[in-house]
Amino acid sequence: MYEFAYHKPASIADAAKLLAADGDAKAMAGGQTLIPTLKQRLAKPSAVVDLSGVKELGGISVGGGKVTIGAMTRHADVAASADVKKALPALAALAGGIGDPAVRNRGTIGGSIANNDPAADYPAACLGLGATIKTDKREIPADAFFKGMFETALEPGELIVAVTFPVPEKAAYMKFDQPASRYALVGVFVAKTATGARVAVTGAGSSVFRWKDAEAALSKTWSAAALDGVKASAAGLNADIHGSAEYRAHLIGVMAKRAVEKA
Amino acid sequence: MPKVSMTVNGRAVSADVEGRTLLVQVLRDKLALTGTHVGCDTSQCGACVVHVDGKSVKSCTVLAVQADGASVTTIEGLAKGNELHPMQAAFKEHHGLQCGFCTPGMVMSAVDLAQRNPDPSEHDVREWLEGNICRCTGYHNIVKAVQAGAKAMAAAK
Repeated sequence: MYEFAYHKPASIADAAKLLAADGDAKAMAGGQTLIPTLKQRLAKPSAVVDLSGVKELGGISVGGGKVTIGAMTRHADVAASADVKKALPALAALAGGIGDPAVRNRGTIGGSIANNDPAADYPAACLGLGATIKTDKREIPADAFFKGMFETALEPGELIVAVTFPVPEKAAYMKFDQPASRYALVGVFVAKTATGARVAVTGAGSSVFRWKDAEAALSKTWSAAALDGVKASAAGLNADIHGSAEYRAHLIGVMAKRAVEKA
Repeated sequence: MPKVSMTVNGRAVSADVEGRTLLVQVLRDKLALTGTHVGCDTSQCGACVVHVDGKSVKSCTVLAVQADGASVTTIEGLAKGNELHPMQAAFKEHHGLQCGFCTPGMVMSAVDLAQRNPDPSEHDVREWLEGNICRCTGYHNIVKAVQAGAKAMAAAK
């Protein structure tokens, strides 16, 4: 790691001030992506602003058809939350399947979403449920938040405060893990909502995306069989040693069906 | 230079560190607690697992300054004098190791599991140990050891 200054502010305002004052400073949530990145010297921030002391960023609240999770909430806490398990079990299950237990004890929802790794799990839940991402400046719908590979609508220094998920009628997430990293080779989040079906795909493309053909089919009939004739296109999908674009396209269909069955 | 103060295996310690100093570096290099191993150094293998405030973490992926004020338990903190912790005893009894390099991390992860789930199934154990890699391919006996250790921990309560 290159050297950096370390700051641990106690409020969102102080954290924002530190980030605004130094364009090369980097916010750190759980650090489970940032620290490995620093160790590989892939990033050289002048300062790391540790958000773990900011109490306003914690907490889970459930009510009024919504689940709101503070940005610094660890994956393990979402997975174990009785309230989340009851209101939105698909989200608790997704959080319980990220990385491994030690990573889940540190990693946070805000960090995962701000990083927008193309194979991360949480972006699929945000897009699949039509979540709202609240920052220290504004509220951003998930449909406008995930812009591309490791790219979001966040402005420099803008901090995620919380994520609000509307509770759907039914939802489930299924992923085909890359067996070493536990990242999603392909992950599909499906949700049946009052206004129709939503299907979000992670791991397959450069960033999470909605599979509109499947949404149309599932909005007509909510069943795995409704996806029988619906094929995901391989155009533009990721291809690497773990799987070709065609293989990933096939997996999207398989995971989507399994998710509908599980929901 | 930031100063980090924490409780390690029940003992209050403090050290001057750089912001970039990892928790595992403080444990091994400053406190000479070399039971915590560095295997991959990329958050994958789990040889460096310790408990921070009772929860398992990969100490190669936590900055020392993040553990300021925390209570840290390493493999050295489990046994009571010459009496092995029930999970350590179970690893010995069931031969849950060959070369032993991954063992400290395996045991620390297993203790965290047992504290949440006193009677884990084989599936529970295998899933929980996703982040702990053994290259001697000793998983079979590790799983047996973790199940037995969890039961012994529950019985000792």
